[in-house]
Amino acid sequence: MAFLEIDEVHKRFGNNEVLKGVSLNVERHEVVCLIGASGSGKSTLLRCVNALEEIDSGDIRIEGDTVSGAGVDLNVLRRDVGIVFQSYNLFPHMSVLDNIVLGPTRIEGVPAKDARERAMVLLESVGMAEKAKAYPDSLSGGQQQRVAIVRALAMQPRVMLLDEITAALDPELVGDVLEIVRELARQGLTMLLATHEMGFAKEVASQVCFLDNGSILERGSAKDIFEHPREPRTQQFLSRVVASGRL
Amino acid sequence: MTGTGLISEELQPTPTPSRPRPVAGVAVVGLLLALVGVALMVLAALRLRDYNDGAAAATIVGAVLVLGSLYPLWPSIRSFGGARERASLLKDDQLVLARRASAAGREEAQIAMGYAAAAIIVAGILLTAFASDGGIAKTFFTAGAWADSFPEMIRSFWTNIWVAVVSQVLVLAFGLLLAIMRMLPGRAGAPLRLIALVYCDVFRAIPAIVTILLIVFGIPLAFPAAAHWDPVWLGVVSLSMTYSAYVAEVYRAGLASIHPSQSAAARSLGLSYTQTLRTVLVPQAVRRVIPPLLNDFISLQKDTALLSTASIAEVVLTSKLWESQLFNLSPVTLAAAFFIIITIPQARFADYLIDRDAARRAGK
Repeated sequence: MAFLEIDEVHKRFGNNEVLKGVSLNVERHEVVCLIGASGSGKSTLLRCVNALEEIDSGDIRIEGDTVSGAGVDLNVLRRDVGIVFQSYNLFPHMSVLDNIVLGPTRIEGVPAKDARERAMVLLESVGMAEKAKAYPDSLSGGQQQRVAIVRALAMQPRVMLLDEITAALDPELVGDVLEIVRELARQGLTMLLATHEMGFAKEVASQVCFLDNGSILERGSAKDIFEHPREPRTQQFLSRVVASGRL
Repeated sequence: MTGTGLISEELQPTPTPSRPRPVAGVAVVGLLLALVGVALMVLAALRLRDYNDGAAAATIVGAVLVLGSLYPLWPSIRSFGGARERASLLKDDQLVLARRASAAGREEAQIAMGYAAAAIIVAGILLTAFASDGGIAKTFFTAGAWADSFPEMIRSFWTNIWVAVVSQVLVLAFGLLLAIMRMLPGRAGAPLRLIALVYCDVFRAIPAIVTILLIVFGIPLAFPAAAHWDPVWLGVVSLSMTYSAYVAEVYRAGLASIHPSQSAAARSLGLSYTQTLRTVLVPQAVRRVIPPLLNDFISLQKDTALLSTASIAEVVLTSKLWESQLFNLSPVTLAAAFFIIITIPQARFADYLIDRDAARRAGK
């Protein structure tokens, strides 16, 4: 039994079937990268795992416990599963520190003082401690994304979902954010991430899945997928990525 | 490159330099307008002095106004300087300098026209006010009537203020409740959504004055126990009911304008629907709707005057009693002045709040 099991998940928006029976197992301490063109269903899959989208059929399990469908304790699920978004989605009316302590204090009932101390430790580790009192709009994209990662980490999730977290950043800011993810991978955090950073995927992924048109077309180790893709569609996708200079 | 290239290799022909635009014409128009302004202002100042029987204050005000109306003569003179400079530079074939002189001269002429137009408008208003033997001044601005009615007027204006403030607080709470009701999710929320929708539609459709009449006169008839209540409170209730419907729409627009990603982020942290509303959506929505909210509040403040139709002793009813006693509308003008005086600071306060929020978010 894998830690996170995604089993034959279907999801449609109106007449548009976005996920056509996706199955995927993620083991503990594994880093799984989802690659594929825009619109292939990477983001939707992540949002389904976190129940931000309801799935139409199939099953999502964490340690054998079903976490999809009716009657799921969403709040418990979301405590276990953290997500970081492409557009950061920090709360603009709260300071950096308030953004981070909101979850721990409101959901887990951590005393405000402890939550703040822990938040400061986390901010320190991503080099953002001096910005604790700042408001998100005064930060650069890379800084906002680092805060967003800390906000998700503050809930001490058992698995992190990263949804193209560097796609909206200036190229020079991507490195800082990826370095944090690299460090999380080193420390053994289970992660499922959608990314366009192929070089990064190659480096950290224990498993790479190529999504095309709502299903996983090909999966394997980073070496298999990037160096010996079998499916013509995967080869085409990767050759275009290479042509655009992203690999 | 062939003809299919993205850019043409043919050189653009050098354009012929354009001649400087003429200045003399606008300079003359500016001067004429300035002179008309001075003439009208002198006339208005004389009327002002005569109407006040040569009182010192009126004479000083008149003199200041005339001095002010002289101002546009300076830019006008400078614009003629610009015209002269342009002509002489043009004679020396200094095209670029001539164009600069022309632009400066035309700008001066336009400044003269702008200030002269303002002088003409002010003089026109004064002349109208003192037309028909000072009829307008007498009808609307009789100082004696103001002095007589002032103490009673200011006392009854207090009623308008507290009615407005209490109603505004009620409207803020009830309007938010309605807005949230209208956004309740799922089938379970459907009946409440419908009720809130019907409420908003009905109370936005009924004129405020009708609601006031129905409630202030109707409730004491329907509930004999309410006959001893102060009708002002029923007035507060009717204004709150009407304006909650408007403010609910404002809130709803504000909540709808928060990007769904904010709600997704809050939900992903484990916040429940109610917690998301309270800590993430409502605080942001309220900041965004401050200007339209203030608009509705100013409307509400003005509509406290409608309580006069229900014989509630607020400032407009008092001013009408004084008007019929003095056969003069000046007390009503005084009521208008009261409303102006309390409204303007609120508009500035809202601006201040918006600026402060923007500055804080930008990290200043």
